[in-house]
Amino acid sequence: MIDQVEVNQQLMFDGESDEKQFLTFMMHDEEYGMDILAVQEIRGWEPVTTIPNSPNFVRGAMNLRGTIVPIIDLRMRFGISAIDYGPLTVVIVVSVQIKEQQKIMGLVVDAVSDVYSIAEEKAKDVPDFQDSDNAYFVHGLVNVGQKMVVLLNLEKVLDLSDKSGLKG
Amino acid sequence: MSIDLSQFFDVFFEESFEGLDAMEAELLNLEPGKEDSETINTIFRAAHSIKGGSGTFGFVSVSDFTHVLETLLDQIRDGQRVLTAEHVNLLLKSVDCVRGLLGALQAEEEPDLSESNELKARFEAILGGESSEPTGTEENEVVSEAQQSTTYQIDFKPEPHLFKTGNEPLYMFSELAELGQLEVSAFHDGIPDFLEFDPEDCFLHWRFFLTTTKPEPCISEIFEWVEDDADIKIEACGGLFEDDTLDAQDTSAEPISNQPEQPVVETPANTSAQAEENLAAVQKKVESVKTSKAESRKANDSTATSIRVGIDKVDSLINMVGELVITQAMLSQIGDQEITESSIAALQEGLTQLAHNTRDLQENVMRIRMLPISFVFSRFPRLVRDTSQKLNKQVELKLVGEQTELDKTVMEKLSDPMVHLVRNSLDHGLETPEERIANGKDPVGTVTLNAFHQGGNIVIEIMDDGKGLDTEKIRSKAIANGLINEADDLSVEEVNELIFMPGFSTADSVSDISGRGVGMDVVRRNIQALNGSVEVTSKQGVGSTFTIRLPLTLAILDGQLVQVATHTYIIPLISIVESLQIDISKVSKVGKGLEVLRLRDEYIPILRLYDIFSHQGAREELDKTLLVVVESDNYKIGLLVDDLLAQQQVVIKSLEANYQKVDGISGATILGDGTVSLIIDISGLIKLSGLRRPGSTELLVDLKGEEAEPA
Repeated sequence: MIDQVEVNQQLMFDGESDEKQFLTFMMHDEEYGMDILAVQEIRGWEPVTTIPNSPNFVRGAMNLRGTIVPIIDLRMRFGISAIDYGPLTVVIVVSVQIKEQQKIMGLVVDAVSDVYSIAEEKAKDVPDFQDSDNAYFVHGLVNVGQKMVVLLNLEKVLDLSDKSGLKG
Repeated sequence: MSIDLSQFFDVFFEESFEGLDAMEAELLNLEPGKEDSETINTIFRAAHSIKGGSGTFGFVSVSDFTHVLETLLDQIRDGQRVLTAEHVNLLLKSVDCVRGLLGALQAEEEPDLSESNELKARFEAILGGESSEPTGTEENEVVSEAQQSTTYQIDFKPEPHLFKTGNEPLYMFSELAELGQLEVSAFHDGIPDFLEFDPEDCFLHWRFFLTTTKPEPCISEIFEWVEDDADIKIEACGGLFEDDTLDAQDTSAEPISNQPEQPVVETPANTSAQAEENLAAVQKKVESVKTSKAESRKANDSTATSIRVGIDKVDSLINMVGELVITQAMLSQIGDQEITESSIAALQEGLTQLAHNTRDLQENVMRIRMLPISFVFSRFPRLVRDTSQKLNKQVELKLVGEQTELDKTVMEKLSDPMVHLVRNSLDHGLETPEERIANGKDPVGTVTLNAFHQGGNIVIEIMDDGKGLDTEKIRSKAIANGLINEADDLSVEEVNELIFMPGFSTADSVSDISGRGVGMDVVRRNIQALNGSVEVTSKQGVGSTFTIRLPLTLAILDGQLVQVATHTYIIPLISIVESLQIDISKVSKVGKGLEVLRLRDEYIPILRLYDIFSHQGAREELDKTLLVVVESDNYKIGLLVDDLLAQQQVVIKSLEANYQKVDGISGATILGDGTVSLIIDISGLIKLSGLRRPGSTELLVDLKGEEAEPA
């Protein structure tokens, strides 16, 4: 009985410490990843209602089965030039804890890519981007095969009140 | 058969709290020397039913305490005693005390008896002092009787099957008590282990000390019916209670009186009391369970509150549901028929009726949540009375618009900020009578609470005719605290606004300015959390007014859909005065590009919605657009929109929940086609557009002057 519990605990522990699953998506030919546990669903792009006087990266608000969800264009959030939305454009709906409040938001990205299991300790620290405001949003960098994936810190990406990140 | 009384506890507590509220309200109406018997009767009845109820449920601490209270009231009612201010104060305190006791019992906690014992002693002192004077001959007789009587010790040990023979010991005890002064002790050592406990058996036995003038046969007569089922011993013993006249008086009104200090003394009401006894025996085992239960119950109490609804509201709901059922039957009948021209017409008619019914039903359901604001107001007479006594100020409290209805959830959260504001008005706003006389004012200060509806809001004003805010002191304090700079040129209103700043809430910075500021930021925050606002207007030496504005309800609103460029917005229908096409010749420009429309002797500033919301592609020519005139905060503005669309009811959804506050937008909703539409917040829009409140900019002083006619 006790042995079984111990084994279970070890298994759980191993599973947790070793690898986390990340959903990756493409944006401007770069691959970004976010913790898959934050992802609620992935939807196609559909027109949203503009929120007046909002920052340019806030596309508007969408009705998600009765809940009003703000939609953020991640390209614009990162200051990457905007492109027209196409059939591959998706909205990743995430649920993130921001300042003790659970918020649901949608992120517009070019396309979803893959799901990787990545060991947390493999993620490398962000090199010192002196000039880039975007370093603020990055949790770490990790190599998957030949590619490099940028792991995002969603809390910071989605904390709209925090002005220390990007300026417009 | 035993009945589980605990199922009635909730009703008892609710009724008792109501009774206490009624007592409190009536006590405040009492003026010593001018009391009318109806008021005293009301108080007496409330106290009496609390005593009765608590006795029934075995809440001995409450019933004991209310007993002395009731005795005093009874004497006042019968004219044996003259009501004094001291009595009123004592009675008010005891209302609080009983409330505390009941609260503790409700939370399944052990009530703290220290206060009730102290108050009880004071009551007894009043009552006792009275009895030593020869005021009532009846009482003297009781006393003399007690002194001539003999005391009997009666041991009563029934067989376990006592209850099954249909005997109720409690009745016998009351009969005994009628003979004279009775003291009862119950022995519960015979109670078996919980597992072997049979709730229908009697495990208790009792010992009585009866002081009576009646002969012994009278006592044995009472036990006649149970002689064969019990061990009964009756012995005369020495006069144990000869000098205890106070208790004698007590028990003459209430036969079985228990002293909370002596936990052995019990009045078992029925077998459930036994169960309690037994529980006490195994209490140690279950104690932890009990506490956690009490905690969970406490947590439940805060969320699951009940609401009392007038029967007329319920009746009209039932009527409406009846109509709904009829409409539904009609529609399904049409649905069964073959589709013809006439059946389609009937169907459409039926649908219209259904829409009508649904709407009525919805309105009525919303009305259930609405309660008159007197629920909040009613606590203030007491608060004002106590506070003004403490401060040695003379205060008259005026309540206006008590019947104004407000959503229950809003009301509950409103109470604390209001208490704070009223207390502030009393403490810092009103002067002492001497100061008032010196300033040529009536020595009695006035605090007015005024509630009324305005548009979709409820407005509550807290006014005092005190000394007002000392603008200069607030200013210097704000400079000292670093909230503003010496060079800042602030209007009086802007300075007064500073009292809501967090930096003003520290205690020592407040005592030396004219007051106002302890936790004002908290007040504002609480009210803002309800989507409301709080403002202050004040004139030195004349008084101050705090105005709280709150939305009536938080769920549904009638909206006018309007189009601005490609966007659809919703304007709350209730704030719309009229919609019109602009007559260009009546538009003139004022000041910094502000356009005003002259509309029947009023000047309406025109706000271009597309401009404020930075939308491209809207119609900009005034003559091709429509102007929606809306009213907010008592003044009117015109909103320029491209077109008016439908009117419909919308369910308000929060935009803030997942996003953040948007200026000029109060919320969002989902339209019939599933898209999101934003609801315009008129007063927010006015702030956003740069049109400031009256008094703070030159422009609006002018406009205000033009609009000075009665609104």
